[in-house]
Amino acid sequence: MKLRTFAAAAAIAALTITATGCSGGTDSGSASSDGKTLTYWASNQGTSLDNDKEVLTPQLKKFEEETGIKVNLEVIGWNDLQTRIQTAVTSGQAPDVLNIGNTWAASLQSTGAFMPFDDAAFTAIGGKDKFVKTAMDTGGVPGEDPTSVPLYGLAYGLYYNKAMFKDAGVTPPTTWEEMVAAAKKLTSGDVHGFSLAAGSYTENSHFAFINAAQNGSEFFDAEGKPTFTSDGVVNGISRYLDLMQADKVVDPGNAQYDNATKAVNDFATGKAAMMLSQNNANSSIASQGMKDDAFGVVAYPAPAAGKDVATMVAGINMSIFKNTKNKDAALQFVKFMTSETTQAALDKPFAALPVLAGVTPSFTDNAELAKTFSDIYENKSKPLPLVPAEDQFESTVGKAMNQMFATVASGGTVSKDDIKSALTTAQQAVEAAG
Amino acid sequence: MSATTATKKSDPAPGPAGKKVRQPRRAGWWLPYVLLAPAVIFELVIHVIPMMTGIWMSFLKLTKMFISNWGNAPFVGLKNYQVALDFDSSVGMGLLKSFGITLAFTILVVGLSWGLGMAAAVALQKTFRGRAIFRTLFLIPYALPMYAGVIAWKFMLQKDNGALNHLIFDNLGLPGDKPFWLIGDNAFAAVVIVAIWRLWPFAFLMLMAGLQSVPADVYEAASVDGAKPLRQWWNITLPMLRPVNMSLVLVMFLWTFNDFNTPFVLFGGSQPPAGDLISFHIYNASFLTWNFGSGAAMSVLLLLFLMVVSGIYVLFMNRRKDNA
Repeated sequence: MKLRTFAAAAAIAALTITATGCSGGTDSGSASSDGKTLTYWASNQGTSLDNDKEVLTPQLKKFEEETGIKVNLEVIGWNDLQTRIQTAVTSGQAPDVLNIGNTWAASLQSTGAFMPFDDAAFTAIGGKDKFVKTAMDTGGVPGEDPTSVPLYGLAYGLYYNKAMFKDAGVTPPTTWEEMVAAAKKLTSGDVHGFSLAAGSYTENSHFAFINAAQNGSEFFDAEGKPTFTSDGVVNGISRYLDLMQADKVVDPGNAQYDNATKAVNDFATGKAAMMLSQNNANSSIASQGMKDDAFGVVAYPAPAAGKDVATMVAGINMSIFKNTKNKDAALQFVKFMTSETTQAALDKPFAALPVLAGVTPSFTDNAELAKTFSDIYENKSKPLPLVPAEDQFESTVGKAMNQMFATVASGGTVSKDDIKSALTTAQQAVEAAG
Repeated sequence: MSATTATKKSDPAPGPAGKKVRQPRRAGWWLPYVLLAPAVIFELVIHVIPMMTGIWMSFLKLTKMFISNWGNAPFVGLKNYQVALDFDSSVGMGLLKSFGITLAFTILVVGLSWGLGMAAAVALQKTFRGRAIFRTLFLIPYALPMYAGVIAWKFMLQKDNGALNHLIFDNLGLPGDKPFWLIGDNAFAAVVIVAIWRLWPFAFLMLMAGLQSVPADVYEAASVDGAKPLRQWWNITLPMLRPVNMSLVLVMFLWTFNDFNTPFVLFGGSQPPAGDLISFHIYNASFLTWNFGSGAAMSVLLLLFLMVVSGIYVLFMNRRKDNA
């Protein structure tokens, strides 16, 4: 009896210790306070999570050699990044430094979980002026210390297959009308004029914004209140939707494409003559065997009477969690990542536009492509609304558009009234959370 | 801690004769409490505390402005509940629709899973060659990791290169266009099929185990009396399986009504309206707009509904048992 009691007690003790050990392990993320180890969440910029790791690891090693600070890297896919950040903000179990989609900057700023870059912080990372203004403007709500700084610049472009255009006798479009006409001409049988990531809420919300901007409409007014249901917005979304619904230049199967890569693959394998993508598609296109000189890029065209907006200011920013115990090390790391040398090393593999002033694009060897994207980024871009509810705009409007495409794809029709009513629902959800 | 409390309670306990007799503590009296302690602690940590936190959250305006510092979130009383239950607003209407879909989903999935499980269990009740193979085969969906299974379904249900459309249209040569299964209205059928696939082996397993306790001579006696198989099933199998069925149906109902994983894995980021099951709906209501107070209120409403249904079910079943 005694022996059994003793054995049981020992087993329980062992269990308790194991359990404590486990819980001790989970918060090791930012727990080290010696300033020698940082945790860094990187977003997926390369062809795969592993590819990102391969590209970043030599840089992180270099940083460790220079400063003695070790960086624990975790690369997080886009499907999970927002939820992971939400969880980190909620629980306080956060990395020291992380990448964010720059469109979320104002939303994440409003949580108060990120460190504002004040003058001292900017001095520590090499000054605010080292960044391109277009990129720096996405750092947070205007008029406040930003909570993120630009890391990689991205812009949307209209990719077209040169050979298919030549065979069909069409030239790269400069207006929406030309684009649709070309797409119709190029659609026959299994080949479509266009491929769209029509099941991806982020892509859909971006193009809701761009098409509305071409109509001169905004999703938020000056006070940050949602204005989702204006005619310009409804018409913009309707125009985009009509690529599948009325013009029939998009394969209905695209309604299931929940990430941009699937649309890129269709383009690269010759199933579609055109696609919309950010400039980091090059590596994915190449991985499908399409040569660099087989495609061209022009700005996403607006209707003849519309405003010349071809992209939002896309890109990746870097933020520091406010509760980091390694603030100095974190600032050093941000300085390192946004230095000219590191940027030069990363822009090419990640196909990013430079966010540093006075730097020439190095994301591609194709000078024409580089010039086109730089022009789009600098002259034809508009930042997404810099308001706290921006992320809610992306999720509610984007997901509503997923459903519209799904309806069209499965044989239904989506009228302008339907669009307006879906946008009213989205707006109510955003207002309820406001 | 728990041991001391327990001692105080156990001290004045009446002795076997009904008198208060102070018995000397037996060696190792604390062992049961210590053995129970880990379970109690983990139950508190994993279930009770999060549940209480959820209820507390439902009274707060817990949006992203306050998410990094919950203490600052303003108390809004029942406002989150009002929004969720205001069926004129899009939020309330969305919840109501999702509730209806989930109810239909649950009835279909539990009903059909139970039917399939019962049929297979009865079919495999008698020994025959190859019975073990069938038993194993039927249990495979239950043995597979849930995510792997549902992801496989997700591939099979793709429109252009999915196995299901390939079978129906390419192999069997049915006319017409290949339909979407994961978007649009067919999504409901898709999620029901996948959920049944996952659930029915459990019903099969439980009913098969229950059938082991039905003595064979009862059937023999019945067939001597001229009872046909259906009659035997109705008058012997069903009543004998009553205790198993009681908990089986309740557990399946709760699991299915609460099912999050199936729609989450099957539909990914955006669920089609036809497959808008309530757990996933609440998740979206919380995470899409960072409105965790509202999401918590919806969760509490779901909890109340399930508690009421379970309570009524158990009461009803017990009363029938007493009457019987």
